[in-house]
Amino acid sequence: MSSSRILISGNEAVGEGAIKAGCRFYAGYPITPQNELTAYMAKRLPEVGGVFIQAESELAAINMVLGASAAGARAMTTSSSPGISLMQEAISYMAGMELPAVIVNIMRGGPGLGNIAGAQGDYFQATKGGGHGDYRLIVLAPSCVQEMADFTQKAFYLAFKYKNPVMVLADGYLGQMMEPAEIKEFNFEDDSPSWRLDGAEGREPRLFRSLYLPVEDLEGLNIRLQKKYTEMRREETWREYYTEDAEALLVAYGTCARVCREVVRLGREEGRKWGLFQPITLWPYPERRLKELGRKVSKVLVVEMSSGQMVEDVRRILGEEKVGFYGRMGGALPVKEEIWKKLI
Amino acid sequence: MREEIIVAGFGGQGILFAGKLLTWAGLIEGKKVTCIPSYGAEMRGGTANCHVIISTQEISSPVVDNPTLLIVLNEQSLEKFLPRLREGGALVYNSSLIEKEITRKDVEIFSVPANELAEELGHTLLANMIILGALAYYKKVVELESLIKCLPNLLVGKEKFIEPNTRALRRGYEFARDKR
Repeated sequence: MSSSRILISGNEAVGEGAIKAGCRFYAGYPITPQNELTAYMAKRLPEVGGVFIQAESELAAINMVLGASAAGARAMTTSSSPGISLMQEAISYMAGMELPAVIVNIMRGGPGLGNIAGAQGDYFQATKGGGHGDYRLIVLAPSCVQEMADFTQKAFYLAFKYKNPVMVLADGYLGQMMEPAEIKEFNFEDDSPSWRLDGAEGREPRLFRSLYLPVEDLEGLNIRLQKKYTEMRREETWREYYTEDAEALLVAYGTCARVCREVVRLGREEGRKWGLFQPITLWPYPERRLKELGRKVSKVLVVEMSSGQMVEDVRRILGEEKVGFYGRMGGALPVKEEIWKKLI
Repeated sequence: MREEIIVAGFGGQGILFAGKLLTWAGLIEGKKVTCIPSYGAEMRGGTANCHVIISTQEISSPVVDNPTLLIVLNEQSLEKFLPRLREGGALVYNSSLIEKEITRKDVEIFSVPANELAEELGHTLLANMIILGALAYYKKVVELESLIKCLPNLLVGKEKFIEPNTRALRRGYEFARDKR
């Protein structure tokens, strides 16, 4: 065992991962089940010369991130479902201004204030817009503590690559869960010197805005953005488990994917040909590969901690007939036996 | 080897501390580990629990539906979790706070008067460590020395508590050994 692996919670892993990817600005407002993350940044960022601000509200926090990003900082905010709802306006603005930022949603049960248990009810919000206007976020879905760190780092890279906000979408269980992880330095170059607002001495002034009154100007911006979103589709990522000869396919992300993996393993021990398809990017959704796999299997079961959100994408891709659904709501976890019953 | 463990009690009994320590000990023994604490609304007097898996093989689901090992420090938690304990599994319980007779015959049962033993050492708050020490003898999920070795990881800035916690772990272990 490597001695650099430590036992750490998912929330803290996001924080350390971000810092090791060069995050030097964090603004946030406390909310369970992600408070350890805000606390971690409060402690760690000053140690590395970064800026931590406990904002007066989520609105303030995300707008501070917007400002820091415009100045070229690797900036992040984190929250949980109700807090993320409050941030949607500024996320739309950042998409329009083409500013990079990492937003982490450690989802809890909803709607409304809901509760503080882990849930996956924000899939629609994350992948279908959330805020107003025609924009897209890359959405990454980790399923273990190591990935909480790794995907946060990847989120920074992608945010700067596309100059677009990137969201890490994890349920509260992943935030709270402790597992061994090794969090490494993640270095990448970004081109922020060519666009950031750092004083216009000796060069033309720069401007970030999302207000374009003439129709042709705003249409032009949108055409450019859509072209970028098409390019972003290249980032489709997924994981497969025992899919080669699968006759029934489970589709799940986050904690649900972990539970499904166990079901596949137990099924295989009894000679049942089950497999798991786990999207890593929830947007762009790994459509082509799912379509290929969907053709080969006789049955598909989507498992979510929601009333059924991702299942709408899976049905869009594979058709209604083949795709079944099992979901738990309000922060309840899927039960292995129930998944088993739906598969046999 | 694979143990799926639920540690449960009321808030203030150091349930999460015990769960984390168990997890750390598994980790330094080179095993795969996961730990999900229940969180948030718990406070002193409420119920708290923690799902821990320690395995020599990869762990897919970190969720424990039916534990192979149940560690309970109060009666409420016993009522809640005993029906979920797997057949052939083991129950380690705090007999200082649980007077009820355990009726299940299909599981191994170990009782430890954890509060009494902790009080002898000076503080009931050490009951969680008494139980873990006893567990290290009864079930050998992790070694006593691994537990002791991991205490500093959890007591950063609270180093003065390493010594009493170590004593409690040893006391629990000795109790179990002598009882056998």
